[in-house]
This record gives sequence, structure tokens and C-alpha cells, in this order.
Amino acid sequence: MARTTKKPAPAPRRTSARARRTAQRSRKVRLSLLVATRKGAWLFHGDHARKSWRANGPHFLGHIVSHLVLDPRDGRTLLAAAKTGHLGPTVFRSADWGRTWTEARRPPAFPKAPEGEKGRVVDHTFWLTPGHASEPNVWYAGTSPQGLFRSDDGGVTWESQSGFNEDPTFKSRAGGPQDGTPDGPKLHSIIVDPRNRNHLYLAMSGGGVHESINGGKSWTPIIHGLEVVEGFDASNFAFHDPHCVRLCPSNPDRLYQQNHCGIYRLDRPSKVWVRIGKNMPKRVGDIGFPLVIHPRDADTAWVFPMDGTSVWPRTSPAGAPSSYVTRNGGKSWRRLDAGLPKSQAWWTVKRQAMSGDSRDPVGLYFGTTSGELWMSRNEGERWTRIVEHLPEIYAVEIADVS
Amino acid sequence: MKVLIPSALRSYTKAMNVEAAGATIGQLLADLDRQYPGLRFRMIDEQDRMRPHMRFFVNGVQTFDMARALSPADEVQIVQALSGG
Repeated sequence: MARTTKKPAPAPRRTSARARRTAQRSRKVRLSLLVATRKGAWLFHGDHARKSWRANGPHFLGHIVSHLVLDPRDGRTLLAAAKTGHLGPTVFRSADWGRTWTEARRPPAFPKAPEGEKGRVVDHTFWLTPGHASEPNVWYAGTSPQGLFRSDDGGVTWESQSGFNEDPTFKSRAGGPQDGTPDGPKLHSIIVDPRNRNHLYLAMSGGGVHESINGGKSWTPIIHGLEVVEGFDASNFAFHDPHCVRLCPSNPDRLYQQNHCGIYRLDRPSKVWVRIGKNMPKRVGDIGFPLVIHPRDADTAWVFPMDGTSVWPRTSPAGAPSSYVTRNGGKSWRRLDAGLPKSQAWWTVKRQAMSGDSRDPVGLYFGTTSGELWMSRNEGERWTRIVEHLPEIYAVEIADVS
Repeated sequence: MKVLIPSALRSYTKAMNVEAAGATIGQLLADLDRQYPGLRFRMIDEQDRMRPHMRFFVNGVQTFDMARALSPADEVQIVQALSGG
């Protein structure tokens, strides 16, 4: 796709007072779903009641869009991580809610290797995280193969973060294609501590969870307490497979993690994860991809279990999809499946495909690999399908400008 | 020389056939990138290797060599491999 897309400007028209009030209201309260799929991206703009959703798209039809994220710092810039099946990866940027897009001048790419060495190649950018509030144009990107990149200009150019990418410890033990997902190993769950722009976390599908306290110059594994697949050495971070790590918005010293081997909680300054998933019903288990945390209550989190038995179908256990919620930091869990199919619904919800808004009650949203988008307006007590017939959904993010 | 551009990249060139110059495939691609910024990275990775699904033909003969010599009378075809889903 070319670097810019532009549509002709509409002719100016007179605006009625009623239209101005509506526009003012919509400017104040804007809730949109940013849906990244294997065949393009869609924006779904919700009304104030979160009952009707207006589709805007497709954007980049035919492109594999891994992640579509709004910059919460300016409330209007979107970044999309995209590639096609054949073309190299890139990042697109829009400053006008998707009306026009500009391609990154220098997308995330590993440094050229010295003569005689093979060198790594970014297959795709998998994860996008806006930087700290005090650094308006900073973004972080996680790639496949696993690499960390940073932009200081709003996503126009990206730099390889040598503190991670060139660290010999990670290069030798961060896993490889043979350890990764079907689409390759991922660097994901990039977290910026809202209190300190130099305090970062990240996770790797083949490589565990890591922390930096110096802006990414150096990293330390945080893997104590995490289990690994039987037979592997848990002291070697290369054998760890975190699926999704989230920081509590209301308590940045608490993190939750959905791991290949269970659901965990970490309360800093401790460095030891606690497997709270052991309290999930045994017939369901605590394997899954996504995890969502309540915006105001650090004891409340939602997961979406999947079947991790035998050959790992990664579909809803027993064909009965459900979310589970804990309201006490993982001591107990409750099933939330009202409105969801009760049988023969073999869904997969990917790690970035479940999100929550910041309203009260919290709205929850998830997208399936079968192209359906579901939501709950009451924190999971009842679910409603709001969109169907989309391609395979990779990510669902909330753009809540209110 | 004349260069055939695959359909997926015509949003950069706005044309199926373009003119570019270079003594080698590598130099030709550099000239294309100069004319159409960003085009090269979609076909060639950061280690200067042809991406797996891109194919380059010179006068109908496939090449995988970025140093393949070219003359001004050559015709270069850049196509995508016939795969997808």
C-alpha cells in the first residue's frame, strides 16, 4: 500500500443547532471498538448506551492487521500493525480516526547483521503500546520474531531497542521459530508503569516475563512461581510461555497473567507469581489467552478459558464458551455465560481480542477467530453478539474518549 | 528499463509498468525506492534478502540474486508467489 491515502474534502455545509449539540455530545463521549483481523481492520463506533454500533471499514482490506490501537494521550491518533501474506510488515498511522492513513517511513526492522552473520528479520509487528503520558510521541512495538522497538515520533520511524534485542542473553535463550506459535514467537504485553516512564514490562511467548527499570537499557526476568510444561527447566526463561500480562490500572503494583500454564497474580515488590488459577473449576481449568482487569478494582479480573488438554485444541472447553471473573484477586472464580451458546460453540479468543472499557458498569468485549464480536454492558453478567461475519479476529481494543 | 510491478504494490506506483535504472537488481530496487518511498522494504527485508513470497524475473528468467547484472534493454518482472488464503 502506498504511503498515504487521501479522499477529496467534502463541500462545506451549514450546521443546525441540533446537529451542533449532537456533535458536541459525540465529541465528549466517544466509545469505539478497534478490531484487527486477518483480512483488515474495522472501527465500530458505539452510541452512548453502548447498544448500537456503527461499522467503519474495512481498512486495509486483505492485509493481516495484528493490532490497532488508539493513542490515549491525544485521543485521535491510531496505529495499525499490518502486513499482507506476501509483502513485508509495516505500521500505518492515522491522525483523523482512519479517514486517511500514512505508512511509517521506517517500520520496525532489526539492524543489518555484520558480514557473514545471518541476521534477524521482522516478520510482523504483533503488539503496539503507547508510551508514558509524559512522552507524547513515544510508542513501543513487539514483533515476531521477538524484538522490541520504540518510536519517538508517533510511529513514523522505529528504532530497534538494543538493550533487549542485542542482549546476548536474550538472543541465545529467547526461543526461536521452533518454540513459537503457529505464526512465530511473539513479543507482547509491553507495559509502561503509569508512575514511571522508565519502568517497563514485556512478555515473550517463548521467553517469559521481563522487567526494566531504566527505560529498556537492561532487563531482568520475573519468572519465579510460574510453572512450565512438564520436563522443562523452570529456571530457564526460554521455556516460559506467558500468553497475556496486564497491569492493574488502579494499582500499578499488581499484575495478572494468563500463562500457558495457568492464571497468576504478582504483587510488587514481590518477584514471585502466585497461581490463582488453581481456584478455577477443575473441569474448566485455567488455560486461556486473554485477560482483562477492572479499571478501578484491582481485585477484579476476567479470563476466557480454552481447552489445553491433549493436543491443545485451544477452543472453548466442552464447546461451551464462557468468561470467568474473580472479585477477590483470584481466591474464587465465577462463571459468566448468560447469553452465550451452551454447546457446539468451539471458539478461540486470542490474547489481544478481549478488552474492557472504563465505564460504570464496565463494558467487556471479545472477538472470536470465527469472526464474531460479543459484548457485555454489565461486567459479564449477560453477553450479546454485536457483530458477525468478520474475518478471523486478532485483536479488540477500546477507544474510549470521554 | 521497464519494470512490472505486482498488483499489491501498485498503490505505491499507481501504474503496472514503471521505468527504473540500475546496474544490478539491488541498484534497480534502490532506484524504485527513491521514486516510490517504502516500496523496497515490502519486497526486500532488512538483511537485504528477497522476501519469501516475492519473485524476480529478468527477461522471463527467475533470479534470486540481488547482484544479478542488468542492462538498460532488460525487462524486469516483479511478481508475488501464487499462494494465499
